[in-house]
Amino acid sequence: MKNKNKRTIIQLIAAAFTNGYIFGFLQNKIYTGNTKVMCVPGLNCYSCPGAVGSCPIGALQAVLSGRERKFSYYVFGIIMLFGVIFGRLICGFLCPFGLIQDLLHKIPIPKINVPKDIDRPLRYLKYVIAVVFVILMPIFLVNQFGIGSPYFCKLICPVGTLEGGIQLVSTNEILRSQIGFLFSWKMGILIVVVVLSIIIYRPFCKYICPLGAFYGLFNRLSFYQMEVDTKKCTGCKACERQCKMNVEILKNINSAECIRCGECKDACAFDAIKSGYKAFGKEKK
Amino acid sequence: MNILFKFQKFIILGISLAFICIGVLRQEHLAVLQKAVKICLECIGVG
Repeated sequence: MKNKNKRTIIQLIAAAFTNGYIFGFLQNKIYTGNTKVMCVPGLNCYSCPGAVGSCPIGALQAVLSGRERKFSYYVFGIIMLFGVIFGRLICGFLCPFGLIQDLLHKIPIPKINVPKDIDRPLRYLKYVIAVVFVILMPIFLVNQFGIGSPYFCKLICPVGTLEGGIQLVSTNEILRSQIGFLFSWKMGILIVVVVLSIIIYRPFCKYICPLGAFYGLFNRLSFYQMEVDTKKCTGCKACERQCKMNVEILKNINSAECIRCGECKDACAFDAIKSGYKAFGKEKK
Repeated sequence: MNILFKFQKFIILGISLAFICIGVLRQEHLAVLQKAVKICLECIGVG
């Protein structure tokens, strides 16, 4: 079986596992069990009726926006733990919103390759969003009681609208009576992300996702590593042509942009790309 | 420095586990749970 097909199966299992509370979907309620104390590795809103764990980005903002704590050892620790074990392998294999974008991109209409001049600077946007909307705003933009808001979830993230908002609002009269501009704004963002995902590969992961930004920092440092065997590589760049995240594989295979989908491995006729767990870093010479 | 570089993954792993323990001692996990078991109105675009 090709790596691509294996990946889709793993993504489906991960999404089902992350959203395994089926009664939530049937009864239009969210899960309230103790497993929500733990964060799931991918971006998955805890207000999704099926969610059995917490979203790391939502959890981080929940702690930072509180009155008592302005740093979250717990959530940063979890993000670091996932990051050092997997890096952005999580984006490629375990993130439910990554799966949604992958499925949308399979819709057979012409695709757009974002020109490098626009693509390159836009890649830094997710770091700005991570620092400003996920960390600084929840800490410093507070009300008179010293309590902030999860500004990324509130103003940008389309995942909550898609996974929780649409179902909960359409089935709950009280929630429906409270919707206003914010809901329209978030629906607008969701529609833009959905449309863009059909024509551009994973635009949310490339340009917006703060969780991908955090995990990307660990790509070089994680136990899971990609490697080009220079003895086998002919430099044909078939891997780079195949890479939908536009990683310069021969220069920097463990780039922060690589989601470790493994399509470069499938594309290599010489079996020159390897991936797997490595305990120790290479010694500097 | 070479040894630090060689064991950097284990060092980060150790720091992350220490952070999680400190977070639990500071009861941050309860703040996460408290938020996650209620519908997050901001997340779904209502609040």
